[in-house]
Amino acid sequence: MKSKKDPKGYWRANIKYVLILLAIWFTVSYGAGIIFKDELNTIKIGGFKLGFWFAQQGSMYVFVILIFVYVKLMNNLDKKFGYDE
Amino acid sequence: MMNNLFLIAGMEVQTWTYILVGITFAIYIGIAIWSRAGSTKEFYVAGGGVSPLANGMATAADWMSAASFISMAGIISFAGYDGAVYLMGWTGGYVLLALLLAPYLRKFGKFTVPDFIGDRYYSNTARLVGVICALIVSFTYVAGQMRGVGLVFSRFLEVDINTGVIIGMIIVLFYAVLGGMKGITYTQVAQYCVLIFAFMVPAIFISIQMTGNPIPQLGFGSTLSDGSGTYLLDKLDGLSTDLGFNEYTEGSKTTLDIFAITLALMVGTAGLPHVIVRFFTVKRVKDARKSAGLALLLIVILYSTAPAVSVFARTNMIETVSNQPYTAMPEWFKKWETTGLISFTDKNNDGIIQYVADESKNELIVDNDIMVLANPEIAKLPNWVIALVAAGALAAALSTAAGLLLVISSSVSHDLIKKMINPKITEKGELIAARLSAVVAVCVAGYFGINPPGFVAATVALAFGLAAASFFPAIILGIFYKKMNKEGAVAGMIVGITTMLFYMTKFKFGWFGGGEKADWWFGISPEGFGTIAMLLNFIVSVTIMKFTKVPPKEVQDLVENIRIPSGANEAVSH
Repeated sequence: MKSKKDPKGYWRANIKYVLILLAIWFTVSYGAGIIFKDELNTIKIGGFKLGFWFAQQGSMYVFVILIFVYVKLMNNLDKKFGYDE
Repeated sequence: MMNNLFLIAGMEVQTWTYILVGITFAIYIGIAIWSRAGSTKEFYVAGGGVSPLANGMATAADWMSAASFISMAGIISFAGYDGAVYLMGWTGGYVLLALLLAPYLRKFGKFTVPDFIGDRYYSNTARLVGVICALIVSFTYVAGQMRGVGLVFSRFLEVDINTGVIIGMIIVLFYAVLGGMKGITYTQVAQYCVLIFAFMVPAIFISIQMTGNPIPQLGFGSTLSDGSGTYLLDKLDGLSTDLGFNEYTEGSKTTLDIFAITLALMVGTAGLPHVIVRFFTVKRVKDARKSAGLALLLIVILYSTAPAVSVFARTNMIETVSNQPYTAMPEWFKKWETTGLISFTDKNNDGIIQYVADESKNELIVDNDIMVLANPEIAKLPNWVIALVAAGALAAALSTAAGLLLVISSSVSHDLIKKMINPKITEKGELIAARLSAVVAVCVAGYFGINPPGFVAATVALAFGLAAASFFPAIILGIFYKKMNKEGAVAGMIVGITTMLFYMTKFKFGWFGGGEKADWWFGISPEGFGTIAMLLNFIVSVTIMKFTKVPPKEVQDLVENIRIPSGANEAVSH
């Protein structure tokens, strides 16, 4: 049974997902909320300046979505590699 | 009949507080009796069979402390944009936790964080360093919680602050000692419900009052309900600049410092032992991932509301006090003056309150903590809402204190006594030791709550720096870098936590010659320094590792094994 499994392939796919998701994590919080805040603040949506909104609202919503996307991706990966239980 | 109804509606805040706090405490104690721990496994990890949703709720309650509930919205309302460091920092860490730590630590399947450090780095020295780091982090954190409990009791039940701390100690003692992790988990589920309800109700009321929008997250970006068509945030920016403060949406910290503080808080969150240990309580690896997502969702409900509360409270506060005669101040103002959390000195003797940025002219000092606690009173909400806030604040403080006390007691009974001092101890003996160390931990925490070492408020934020500087690199390298060895990890943890301790004691308490803001290294505040100490930990670990022996084959196999999700046994002690 064990020999059919491919732990290295599973780990590589996992690392790829993690890197992509962390890139988004970094972009919304440190990018939109901190580094490019002043540029984004020139755009207004309703009463919110966009940079301020990302820092105090938007990045948190994206964080939640990121974890649930990760859960979904990993559950599929577990099934594909036969590690589901 | 009608008379009775009027009686209920008009009941005093204090009566309401006694009723609501009494009911919630009775629930917590009931749960504790129902979920007594019968084995060490139940005591440390609630038997390992907690559902992802229950664990998510417990994690959220565990995580949201008195600081999140009472202080955060207040801090943001004074810091404006800069408050984002807490919002992003204390939520973004869960992404790291879910993606980089929780699944693997669950697969590893032991009881504590020092357990992982000790086994992965095949050395009791590493384990001991882990225990010491866990104790330093948890004690700095728990003292602040007991103080929060005391504060709420003293204000709302009008008892002495020390009596408040002692009542809080007895309650925590009761369910932590009796139920261990099992008791704590299920009381935390109840506490989550209480605290989120207590936080949301006033926020929704005030949002409707000020903007007509019942969703606070949208309300603070809407126009005012007075028909002027002005956006609330624009109005607050205007009020702030008129009084000489920075624009609310701009803030005043440097970009580098904001970056460093946010990162230190995120990484620290992911490295806090009382949070990590919660993921040992679920059944399977996939449950650990899901549970992290649910925990963050439940946390974000409060965290996305907090900045709205900050804006409402700040606007209301400025409008109520600024340039108004002192004699015209409402009742809440006088009440909070007696606690010392708000104070007015009439510098120019005109009887009018001047609240301005210029310190030589400013006459009003308002403590952060008032913004949430007094917010319902400032907005003239019904008395039961005001009492609800007290019950919510107590739920937040008690749930976090209990989680931390468990980390402290299991570090002593499991990591020190069972793993290092007396490995032959029986299951029953270990359970007694766990309960005794919980009792001692509660007493020490209570002592710090009654005699706060002056720097409690400061150290709670610094606990994150300490966790970031010590655990985070050791755990990450332990999972993602198979060749990392004990020499590297131990050296990294020691260098990381020592540097952090040095920096915070130097710039916060004036040890080692002290220093001013101008002397900060790279302009980074002590709150943000955890980022630098963490990087240092990584560098030292990898460098030392290059010059020392690779870890033995079995350890490398262990790392391969924890990377694969299947076959996670319930947490066992070997």
